[in-house]
Amino acid sequence: MHLLTESAHVPVVDPSSADGIFSLMWLVIALPLAGAAVLLLGGRLTDRWGHLLGTATAAGSFVVSLLMFLSLMDRDEGSRQISQHLYQWIHVGDLEVGMDLLYDPLSALFLLLITGVGTLIHVYSIGYMAHDPRRRRFFGYLNLFVAAMLMLVMSENYVGLFLGWEGVGLASYLLIGFWQHKPTAAAAAKKAFVMNRVGDMGMALAIFLFFVTFGTTSFSGISAASSGASEATLNALGLLLLLGACGKSAQVPLQAWLLDAMEGPTPVSALIHAATMVTAGVYLIVRSNFVFELAPAAQTVVVIVATVTLLWGAVLGCAKDDIKKALAGSTMSQIGYMMLAAGLGTPGYAFAIFHLLTHGFFKANMFLGAGSVMHGMNDDVDMRRYGAVRHAMPITFLTFAMGYLAIIGFPGFSGFWSKDKIIEVALTENLLVGLAALLGAGITGFYMTRLMLMTFFTNKRWKEDVHPHESPSVMTVPLIVLAALSVLAGVLLLGDWIVEWLTPVVGHVEHEEPPLPALAITGIVVVVVALGVAAAWFLVARREIALTPPEDVSFATRAARADLYGDAINEGLVVSPGRHLVSGLLTFDRHGADGVFTGGASAVSGIGGQLRKVQNGFVRSYALSLLAGVLIVVLALLAVNLG
Amino acid sequence: MEFVKPTLQYFELAPMLIVFGAACLGVVVEGFLPRARRHVVQVVVAGLGLLAALGFTIWVATDLTSRASGAARGRLAASGTLVIDGPTVYLWGLVLVFAAAGVALFAERRLEGGVSAFAGQAAALPGTEAERQASTRGLDHTEVYPLLMFAVGGMMLFPAANDLLTMFVALEVLSLPLYLLCGLARRRRLLSQEAALKYFLLGAFSSGFFLYGVALIYGFAGSMQLAEINEAVRNDVGNESLLLIGMGMLAVGLLFKVGAVPFHAWTPDVYQGAPTAVTAFMAACTKVAAFGALLRLFYVGFGSDRWTWQPMMWVIAILTMLVGAVLAIVQTDVKRMLAYSAISHTGFLLTGVLGAQASGELADGQVTSLQAVLFYLTTYGFATVGAFAVVTLVRDSGGEATTFPRWAGLGRRSPWVAGAFAFFLLSMAGIPLTAGFVGKWAVFTVAMSAGAWPVVAVAIVASIVAVYFYIRHIRLMFFSEPEGEVAAVTSASPLTTVTVAVCAVATLVLGVVPGPVLDLVTNAGDFIR
Repeated sequence: MHLLTESAHVPVVDPSSADGIFSLMWLVIALPLAGAAVLLLGGRLTDRWGHLLGTATAAGSFVVSLLMFLSLMDRDEGSRQISQHLYQWIHVGDLEVGMDLLYDPLSALFLLLITGVGTLIHVYSIGYMAHDPRRRRFFGYLNLFVAAMLMLVMSENYVGLFLGWEGVGLASYLLIGFWQHKPTAAAAAKKAFVMNRVGDMGMALAIFLFFVTFGTTSFSGISAASSGASEATLNALGLLLLLGACGKSAQVPLQAWLLDAMEGPTPVSALIHAATMVTAGVYLIVRSNFVFELAPAAQTVVVIVATVTLLWGAVLGCAKDDIKKALAGSTMSQIGYMMLAAGLGTPGYAFAIFHLLTHGFFKANMFLGAGSVMHGMNDDVDMRRYGAVRHAMPITFLTFAMGYLAIIGFPGFSGFWSKDKIIEVALTENLLVGLAALLGAGITGFYMTRLMLMTFFTNKRWKEDVHPHESPSVMTVPLIVLAALSVLAGVLLLGDWIVEWLTPVVGHVEHEEPPLPALAITGIVVVVVALGVAAAWFLVARREIALTPPEDVSFATRAARADLYGDAINEGLVVSPGRHLVSGLLTFDRHGADGVFTGGASAVSGIGGQLRKVQNGFVRSYALSLLAGVLIVVLALLAVNLG
Repeated sequence: MEFVKPTLQYFELAPMLIVFGAACLGVVVEGFLPRARRHVVQVVVAGLGLLAALGFTIWVATDLTSRASGAARGRLAASGTLVIDGPTVYLWGLVLVFAAAGVALFAERRLEGGVSAFAGQAAALPGTEAERQASTRGLDHTEVYPLLMFAVGGMMLFPAANDLLTMFVALEVLSLPLYLLCGLARRRRLLSQEAALKYFLLGAFSSGFFLYGVALIYGFAGSMQLAEINEAVRNDVGNESLLLIGMGMLAVGLLFKVGAVPFHAWTPDVYQGAPTAVTAFMAACTKVAAFGALLRLFYVGFGSDRWTWQPMMWVIAILTMLVGAVLAIVQTDVKRMLAYSAISHTGFLLTGVLGAQASGELADGQVTSLQAVLFYLTTYGFATVGAFAVVTLVRDSGGEATTFPRWAGLGRRSPWVAGAFAFFLLSMAGIPLTAGFVGKWAVFTVAMSAGAWPVVAVAIVASIVAVYFYIRHIRLMFFSEPEGEVAAVTSASPLTTVTVAVCAVATLVLGVVPGPVLDLVTNAGDFIR
């Protein structure tokens, strides 16, 4: 399968050093990091104002990011890559790693997304976590996450990126398991952590291979030298990076942790498991374009993984009754779209980032909306016990509806622009992949409509003692802001702004004509989505919704409810062979290795016991042994030199 | 015969002169001050003397001038009998730091309930009425401070000696006070006196060999000066048998002091019998000084004929590591275990001595063998002083409890103290993130660069064996159920506590960020030849 157009000129990362406002670059990371340090080390002393400090540091980062973004816009295209060398971090032998930051159009967008959405979610959490006794710690973790995520997207080398990568993994682990008193939350945190380790191994190996191949881990060094490396090496690098991306971005086959991760508090799901952290894989691939552009096999695998995932996640979204899990399935699927675009190379990178941004807005919006619904429903997450919530929560409903229209790609809303572009590029590059993406869009229409109907429409099915109410304004204001962004983020595409903005980072190719006129493709996408929406209407709205999931369902539904047997596959392919291997090794260790070891040990102590007899405490014997030593030394010297 | 008045470089020699001066002052204090005030004054004199000497050492170190050859810095002093160069000054610093720790441990009086760990009246026979009286009157031998200072002076003279006669004088000056100090334990006095006598007899025996070696080498080279000996060796003048036998005899004298096999027999008995504070001081400082002298003798005096002495040193290093590690396993007494561990560390240090010296044999940025040994001495000294200091704390009704069963479960009763001890043991075992790991790494790599891979292979085997008994002791402290009477940690004065803490911090810092100290030993440069 050849998916690629003629490989384009790979742009080289060649930053100038920071001055003016850009010399404050480090502050973006330092602020939330300091916040995390104060909140986590300060202990109970900071309980009273901890949440305010946490929010303020995130907001401070946002302000700096915004100022830097505005100054970057003023610069001409050639000088939009800026780096700041903070200090020499690692210097061992030939390995030199600086604590270097890179601010370019790509990280600029990420900074705005992370700090902007992050700040809104901090604000929202003030209300959402108001009654949690460990709220201060929660904000400490959130700040830690923001700092790590910023490190991830601002580092100028893979080692710094890995620092952020592991940092967000840690924060994610801490936050998924935040309600550690629930065994499910603790197990989910562990699962996420373990599965991410698999991906992290790929990342670590990729960094080693970078160093071995190029003698450096910095983006500038590698991008300048990558065209000189062999294609096999670059493919290996691409596949290892993809493994890392699969772990962090919940792509098949490392997808199983994301649905369980919804055990965390809802703001966490919105920030980490929807808007930012899970898109780190997409960032990694776009950032590493200088590898992937020259590694066609790795790019092909990216596209396959992405296509499978986008359908896999969409199918999961159709069958889940837990509102957060349905949204998580949808997240997985949407990241599949981004990965698909990233895998398509230079024509797709900009749209991957574009969809990443719009998705960040509307998915965060919907997760927070879901949190608001749960807040009103006594933390129930089962949509079968919702229904007709729109009357009780008008603001939540309206904002959620904006997100809904955006994700299904209703014309004019942000998701429409971004997803449509990805499908168009996919159809241009490869018909099969394009059709799969199109099908995914239809399924998206179906499951999102189902979610919308079951939650906000249909008849009310909640219990007597549940009294849905609108959330406080500290929660609804972020919803309104995010809803507005969900609607309007499409403006980034005006005049191909985002494509040109990212050109210095990802390069530029001549526009290739799609097989059909762009307008026709758009029309087809809208029709397919409409079909999905209609199907949901007939299957959900027109029928009675049972309070418990019906048992007499098709195989497909059962499979989807069981996460398409993702856990079973892991169990069968990895866990149980692993367990057998371990028990085999244990047997060998007990009987083979231990035998040699204890045998050796008893032999040594036997020798020791014999030697000990020489140490009898008599000076005369000591003097004799000394004399013997003298003879040995002198005779040995004479024998060696005169013999 | 004409006598020439020697010129003395007072500034460069100031550290040594201060130490000897403080020692003499201590003698005067002993004679003229009333008993009640002596202890405090002696501690202050010794402590200030060491600190002043350390200050001057640092001053001298910053003031060393580069020699023509470039790698070495410093100058000859006292009419060429002494060398004040980078390694000398570094070793002075080490000796002074560990000696200061020794003074702190000597001065500890809270552990024995108001008296020091030294005999009340050494002349009183053990078990007699006189001894009981001395102990009820609260007598104390404060002579230990001047003795320590004289030993320190000898230890500073030893690595600075540039001719064989000065080296011999230094050897005796450092040894004689140590023999005395070993016999002054307050408890288990017979054991202590026996240790002192053994040490003295064997020490005298080995000194005899050293002196004989000096005579033979003079016969070979016609000079005592190391540089002139080197010249004679290079030009192959004289009778080679004289050279070889003399070299062997000199080696014996020095290898005895560092406790290399087969000249190690005194080590366990003396380390066990001596008061633990003395053991701590002696184990660290004697090794530092003697390795300094050994390095200078073999690198400067016999440096041009490396292949003559290296095979002998290979064998000694291998034997020392193996015997030390294997015998440590079968010990049941903490101090004896540490003594055998000290023997195996001598082997590791000798492995470093075998290493590559010239920059041509080394990879870019790698330290030379001299610098590796200096670094290893630093790491070893901190771990040893710290470990013996902890031993002084763990006591039962009969004083220090050094047998293994008493230590069982100590980690649960006193996690901090047992944790510190475990940390020192881990450093001695060479576990990463401790100083010992970096030290071992340094000496093994220089030995590899010199092609001494069989020695390094044995060193690695010996390290593995050694890990066994270190970890076994950690397991004893933390995971064993105590049976019968057990030892407890006695609360000590800040003198001991701070010493343990400083050693632990140094061990950690040298393990995590060895860079600055490695730079320091690199800056020490080479010997002046």
